[in-house]
Amino acid sequence: MAFEYEKYLRMDKIPHLWCPGCGIGVVLKAMLRSLENVGWEKNDIAFVSGIGCTSRAPGYIDCNTLHTTHGRALTFATGIKMAKPDKHVVVFSGDGDATAIGGNHFIHACRRNIDMTLVVVNNNTYGMTGGQHSPTTPIGYKTSTTVYGNIDPTFDICMLAKAAGASYVARATVNKGKVLEKYITKGLENKGFSVIVATANCHTQFGRKNKMGDPISSRKWIADREIPLEKAREMKADELNDVIITGEFITDEQERTRWENYNHPIHEYTDAYKKIIEKAQKK
Amino acid sequence: MKKSVRFYSGAELVAKAAIDAGCRFFGGYPITPSSEIAEYMSHELPKVGGTYIQMEDEIAAMGSIIGASLAGVKSLTATSGPGFSLKQENIGYAYMAEVPCVICNVMRGGPSTGLPTALAQADIMQAKWGTHGDHPVIALTPAYLEEVYELTIKAFNFSEIYRMPVMLLLDEVIAHLSTAIDLPDKEMLVIKNRRKPSVPPEKYFPYDTAYGDVPPMANFFEGYRYHVTGLSHDKTGFPTTDPELVQADQERQIRKVKSNINNIIDYEYYQMKDAEIIIFAYGSTARGARVAVDNARKLGIKVGMMRFRVIWPLPEAEILKHCSKAKAIIIPEMNMGQLSDVIERYAADRTKILRINHVGGVPIHPSYILNVIKEAI
Ligand SMILES: Cc1ncc(C[n+]2csc(CCOP(=O)(O)OP(=O)(O)O)c2C)c(N)n1
Ligand code: SF4
Ligand SMILES: [Mg+2]
Repeated sequence: MAFEYEKYLRMDKIPHLWCPGCGIGVVLKAMLRSLENVGWEKNDIAFVSGIGCTSRAPGYIDCNTLHTTHGRALTFATGIKMAKPDKHVVVFSGDGDATAIGGNHFIHACRRNIDMTLVVVNNNTYGMTGGQHSPTTPIGYKTSTTVYGNIDPTFDICMLAKAAGASYVARATVNKGKVLEKYITKGLENKGFSVIVATANCHTQFGRKNKMGDPISSRKWIADREIPLEKAREMKADELNDVIITGEFITDEQERTRWENYNHPIHEYTDAYKKIIEKAQKK
Repeated sequence: MKKSVRFYSGAELVAKAAIDAGCRFFGGYPITPSSEIAEYMSHELPKVGGTYIQMEDEIAAMGSIIGASLAGVKSLTATSGPGFSLKQENIGYAYMAEVPCVICNVMRGGPSTGLPTALAQADIMQAKWGTHGDHPVIALTPAYLEEVYELTIKAFNFSEIYRMPVMLLLDEVIAHLSTAIDLPDKEMLVIKNRRKPSVPPEKYFPYDTAYGDVPPMANFFEGYRYHVTGLSHDKTGFPTTDPELVQADQERQIRKVKSNINNIIDYEYYQMKDAEIIIFAYGSTARGARVAVDNARKLGIKVGMMRFRVIWPLPEAEILKHCSKAKAIIIPEMNMGQLSDVIERYAADRTKILRINHVGGVPIHPSYILNVIKEAI
């Protein structure tokens, strides 16, 4: 049976404002199917976002929705979650939103391991403002502010999240909606901070400036660069040039107990704070 | 001493009043001279089941209190100059989205890092125009510790009644002084809470003006599932660029305060009956000014003081009245004349304005004010 997206959408807000063929739609659909998978009550979910094309997603979802300031979604989300720890808080962010202007909030939300899920739509550019380069624009590529080729090194958002302490981290591309759905579902289920990076096409901005101005060629560019994490682990850094590594970067206990994660949280933040309340009230 | 009398610092009183007003969330970032407020909140909030969280910076702190308030929990942040600057974009968001919250700014000298540990009233204008765009503003300026408690509660009440961020402006003296205070009985306090919708979710609009200029506010997770944005929006909460709707919404937001000005303005007269020379003062500067008035009166000079407990909005009608009658108006401020600039516009050429602008980080001595009073005769 076809999935009933209508159950979770604000149908009166459709058609959406995204360009036809934009990758964000795939991510939104994967999110809605994930909501069905986890079976949460719509009243109990808050969707929070910053500013950008990606950040328009919550407006289409029939939940409590909050479109905040550029880069700051996680700070509002943290306030909501701490105020109502039993409710579910999910955040949508663009690559610029999450890792440029919001980079500080991003690493600190990871560090706290607070029980929220962040979906970063990485389209390697600032889509909404006309395709300027972002912290994830690959070296050498053209954008409206790097017409001679980008020289700014890129963040790997998954590695960043992992190093900062998020307890579930995964990346999939919009070419594989089912995988994306699986990862988002696992992220929602994880009791801790989850980061799912969805590599997406912005053919209108990033694509157009790099000779792939339509959805198909933009998505082919993504497909050509995809390397599964297992394979990447066997490779040398200099072989991993201009690639998109997909898979689950942090999942189970086994992964989390590796030495690199020695200073990562043993607790989830709202749980830890509940214990503080108990302590303070005993005194 | 009465049993209920206790020593409190100004910072402690902000924290205590906030909790008594129903505040259950504090998001902060340490900065002198406001950190004691965060410290008290971190001790006291968990005792009442509330949340204290130290965020990664002031921008985050401001975002967190807006989020918590939307989830239905009254919220406070406290900061000082540089942190107040960082909060401004999200303060604007709270205005636009009409989210109640209180921002306490223990002012220090600026610009930039300025005078971290010294006295100033440097952010009178930032409290009004710190964020971009037009918006209403309410800012309170206690001068005495008893007043810190009272006005902090008032700040929360204003924020809930008018659905907006409210500024509580302290200075270093007010935050750090301690004094013995007999706080009012909790049962005597008047605590206001945001008006909730009386309609079912399918009939609810978060910015519905059918109920007056302050629309009823549903909290998140209460079944209303509405949208909040910092973009200009219509009554449904969704973005609009319709010029008429945007115009009407901005006008309504400013009207929230303007048409209720008589319920908000708050000032105190001292020795004003026959006063020919009038001091306008606020915050700790008013304490020295009061001593100066007493000393001038001993010399037979007819001087009085109008002290603003709420600095924004100003009691315009009363100020105009005094500006047209007084021989001179003296305005001592620990800034370069942020209030004086405004009062000069009211006064036009009807009276002379004598400014005292000290920005060196030390209180304005009463004898200095007395000298200016003598000059004014
Ligand atoms: C404080 C601030 N600075 C800059 C902007 C302008 N701005 C809006 S969206 C955006 C970038 C969006 O890029 P990204 O986060 O990657 O989202 P996308 O549009 O690509 O989904 C910028 C710079 C803003 N709204 N606020
Ligand atoms: S500009 Fe790019 S990111 Fe924005 S809607 Fe169009 S394709 Fe999508
Ligand atoms: Mg982007």
